[in-house]
Amino acid sequence: MDLTTVWFALIAGLWIGYFFLEGFDFGVGILAPFLGKNESERRALLRTIGPVWDGNEVWVIVAGGATFAAFPEWYATLFSGFYLALFLLLVGLIVRGIGIEYRNKRSSTAWRTRWDMLIALGSFIPALLWGVAFANIVAGVPIDASKNFTGDLFTLLNPFGLLGGLTTLSLFLTHGLTFLALKTEGDLRARANAMVMPVGIAAAVIAVAFLGWANAQRGSTLSEVTSVVAALALVVALVANRVKREGWAFLLTGVTLALAVVSLFAALYPDVMPSSTNPAYSLTITNASSTPYTLTIMTVVAVIFTPIVLIYQGWTYYIFRKRVSVDRTPVKS
Amino acid sequence: MDPLMLSRWQFGITTVYHFFFVPLTLGLAWITAGFHLAWYRTGKEQYLRLTRFVGELFLINFAIGVVTGLVQEFQFGMNWSSYSRFVGDIFGAPLAIEGLLAFFLESTFLGLWIFGWGRLPKGVHVATIWIAALGTALSAYLILAANAWMQHPVGYEVNTAAGRAELKDFLAVATNDTAVITFVHVMAAAFLTAGALVAGVAMWRLVSHPGKDDGAFRATAKVGSVILLIAGLAVAVTGDMQGKLMTAEQPMKIAAGEALMNTEQPAAFSLITIKSLDGTQTLVDIRIPNVLSFLATGNFNGKVQGVNDLQAQYQQTYGPGDYVPNIPVTYWTFRLMIGAGTLAALAAAWFLFRMRKGKLPTKGAVTVALALPFLPLAANSFGWLFTEIGRQPWIVFGLMQTSAGVSPTSTTLDVLITVVGFTVLYGALAVVMVGLMARRVRDGLPEAAADQGLEHEAEADLGFGY
Repeated sequence: MDLTTVWFALIAGLWIGYFFLEGFDFGVGILAPFLGKNESERRALLRTIGPVWDGNEVWVIVAGGATFAAFPEWYATLFSGFYLALFLLLVGLIVRGIGIEYRNKRSSTAWRTRWDMLIALGSFIPALLWGVAFANIVAGVPIDASKNFTGDLFTLLNPFGLLGGLTTLSLFLTHGLTFLALKTEGDLRARANAMVMPVGIAAAVIAVAFLGWANAQRGSTLSEVTSVVAALALVVALVANRVKREGWAFLLTGVTLALAVVSLFAALYPDVMPSSTNPAYSLTITNASSTPYTLTIMTVVAVIFTPIVLIYQGWTYYIFRKRVSVDRTPVKS
Repeated sequence: MDPLMLSRWQFGITTVYHFFFVPLTLGLAWITAGFHLAWYRTGKEQYLRLTRFVGELFLINFAIGVVTGLVQEFQFGMNWSSYSRFVGDIFGAPLAIEGLLAFFLESTFLGLWIFGWGRLPKGVHVATIWIAALGTALSAYLILAANAWMQHPVGYEVNTAAGRAELKDFLAVATNDTAVITFVHVMAAAFLTAGALVAGVAMWRLVSHPGKDDGAFRATAKVGSVILLIAGLAVAVTGDMQGKLMTAEQPMKIAAGEALMNTEQPAAFSLITIKSLDGTQTLVDIRIPNVLSFLATGNFNGKVQGVNDLQAQYQQTYGPGDYVPNIPVTYWTFRLMIGAGTLAALAAAWFLFRMRKGKLPTKGAVTVALALPFLPLAANSFGWLFTEIGRQPWIVFGLMQTSAGVSPTSTTLDVLITVVGFTVLYGALAVVMVGLMARRVRDGLPEAAADQGLEHEAEADLGFGY
């Protein structure tokens, strides 16, 4: 396999990691103020992601860095083109990160309520916008002969883009709920479990519509197969939730997200950013990539260090494997 | 206001802001790790309480460093897409490696440290903060290697057909002499910054709240001051080495920083030179003969090239154009960097002098204690402003001018929205952050009892977790 294809696959892998991991903490961030009825409940809910959210977020930083290193033209066109969307996304990520870290630094109720709302909003914006961004990348956006995006923010807010946004939003919410069902106890656990079904069904309908539409626009055998399996995984996740297999339900909502990413990347390949202006202007894994030498260096680094990262991140989840209970989450004065 | 100017302002604002928090993170991580290790080794409760006190300041600061770091990675592509296309083959690798090697390490192990009280075996728990600290230092090296390549490009070839610089020797980029010396300079400055915060805070507690944990705060004020002084020495030594490297690699920067218009041999060092606004009359001029020659070349009779001669040389090499950076800004930021750093060192020396043989500083120390943490922050900012503005008009020295690096897609309105947006958001965060820091300092040392002999995991992270 060509190194450009390897890096295309590796970047897909980083997005899988990101959606699988930060997907649930976006979900928890949005849900916490509504699912938690009082301070100790909200605190317990946010505590489930406390030790891990920052490590989860690094997946997107590495995805961005890897895109810069392996496909500089893709990075340049995408980041300069989706300018205001990325600005909003950054504001969301900044506000929510600070919120999660600072909400318990003071005991005032007003302080905490304000941060909870900002965490929810700061999780909602990226959960929606990542989907908008990916939908537009796959569908193609106006790109000129010198590889520059020629649209604006409203170019991205087309029906297909917005459906993509709703897809990631609803899938992250479902994934967040299956995560909470797995990580909490008592009332919270029961409430999260009860919400999986209605939210999950809505997500299934939206995701099927979106992936169907995406494949109708530009599909390959791989993208079609993975879309179907993604939908099946979500259905099985809902069944697992019904029969109280919380671990399986969480794993399967994660698999749904992972396969949705695979499907979108498979549909994209070998383009990385198709041009809707003229197919000849499309960015591909070939005309957007770095030199073979750079890709080789990057491959060596990735092969050595990715397994190490997976091991210690996995270990963290093992250390914090216990459920978080409201009783054992004291309210700090 | 064009997109270029606004993009430059945005980079300046977001980067200077980000770099208020970065050195504190780099330094406080190790100081926290030191206190934690001291507790682990001695079992003295005082060290546990100090670990939590300093650790809390570290975490409040770290959170802002993390979220503003996101903007740093995104804005190369957002505002500087032409630059990104030109350098991506070289510049992208250290960024990606920084994420994979360093960011995963620091974020994951800090999560373990924050929530690991009573849950991890004590030895393992100490190790987590040390690993996180190592991650922060690793991250500093990689991003400075990327920056060093912009100051002094090595290990590349320009492919004119592809319109980009291409990597030919990764090891040369990774071991760029500019990167190595800048890393040591920045790490030393980080310890100076963190030492100043710790010393200032402890001294403030000691003088304004006597009788409460005096022993711990006295020890901490001393530790902070000693760290500051040692780091200050390292900053000065490495700064001198950087100056000599700069003379060889970016002579225009040192000439502009010294406002040396004409080549001199030997060259005098201008302590302070003030000219009339139109630059024709010299109002104040205090110079020390031969010293600039020594600083720049290591020889008291060395030749130092002046701005005018370099401008003529560069026109021959690079074609017609203005290759002179903003001289008043480079001249003053250079001096203010050194001045603010020196003042911090003097304050630390004074603290140590006043605390000798168990004595206590007078109330007057409160003002110095409050001002001290801000001096290195100013010095750090002036240092970056000097080195980045001193490189202009280049974005990559000798290869690409800043004006050629900006995103051609940026409109004035777009960049205006983001400049104003980030500035307002960052301003609000600063208010919240400083408020929290002040609250923690006013609260003093947290109680340690909760940690010992833990029966319930719930109480384990009472001081830290959420």
